[in-house]
Amino acid sequence: MIEEGLKNELQKQGVYVTSLQELYNWGRANSVWPLTFGLACCAIEMMAASMSRFDLARFGAEVFRPSPRQADLMIVAGTVTKKMAPLVVRLYNQMPEPKYVIAMGACAISGGPFKQGYNVLKGIDRYLPVDVAIPGCPPRPEALIHAIMTLQEKIRNQKLTGPDRPRHLNAEIEGEYPVPAYGKHDLEPPKNPDVWQPPTMTRT
Amino acid sequence: MQTPENPYLVLVLLMAAAVGFALTPLAAAWAWAHFFSPQKPGNDKNDTYECGLASKGDAWIHFRSEYYLYGIIFLVFDVETIFLLPFAVSFTGLTVGAFVAMIIFLVLLVEGLVWAWRKGFLSWT
Repeated sequence: MIEEGLKNELQKQGVYVTSLQELYNWGRANSVWPLTFGLACCAIEMMAASMSRFDLARFGAEVFRPSPRQADLMIVAGTVTKKMAPLVVRLYNQMPEPKYVIAMGACAISGGPFKQGYNVLKGIDRYLPVDVAIPGCPPRPEALIHAIMTLQEKIRNQKLTGPDRPRHLNAEIEGEYPVPAYGKHDLEPPKNPDVWQPPTMTRT
Repeated sequence: MQTPENPYLVLVLLMAAAVGFALTPLAAAWAWAHFFSPQKPGNDKNDTYECGLASKGDAWIHFRSEYYLYGIIFLVFDVETIFLLPFAVSFTGLTVGAFVAMIIFLVLLVEGLVWAWRKGFLSWT
């Protein structure tokens, strides 16, 4: 393993040294393809982010794929209703590994202004492992770009070996999450306890 | 400049290089996926459709066949239009035989329309 200082010294002389892990993650981080998938008004900001003014293409994430088979990133942009939640989970299941999720906006994080609605899911993190959450209602395109950069940072820092290696290299992590079913009053199950463990508040 | 023994040798070499240039990344990607990434198939992932909805029912269902009548009646007007336009353009230069043939053709088509009309296919109520 080459030291950071030596690497910088070599770089000043025009010699670039890298490891296979860095090269692999560099390629992965700069070619994140999102799924064309908008649920509500946040999707308008997502469209704006991919257009010329904000130009998501600078970060290699402009290729919005209309099929989950070709996408790496699911941007949950908008209010997830309980009717839509099974579809979202199923689309996530159909995406190939490695896959990442950005929860965009207050609704996707927690239900947002519609949290009191009987038909609104209180956050997509009840069913899916969210990597980056963007606050805002709706978040500006810059916020989405910042989220993509945060995700790229996360991808770049992932070790290819070890216990916290990315999920596509870990055979123990399941590829699919259980799709909730429409129950009589709520989705069944109302949450996936494997991905959603809310902190329990103890009142004294 | 010295000419090579076979002038096509350079082309063959370039061809091999081009094919290798295309196949090497594909082979590397395949090898990486095959040897390092575990496969994670599942029911949802192997599903045929990608719209998010679970597919239900059978693809082998019956369609109502009444629509074919409308298709045929449409064809009457469609074919008539196609042949009437050149007929009208060259009308002054036609022989009597061609004129009679065209009228027979039109009558045949109109007969189909009359038949459909009398059977009541044109009334929607």
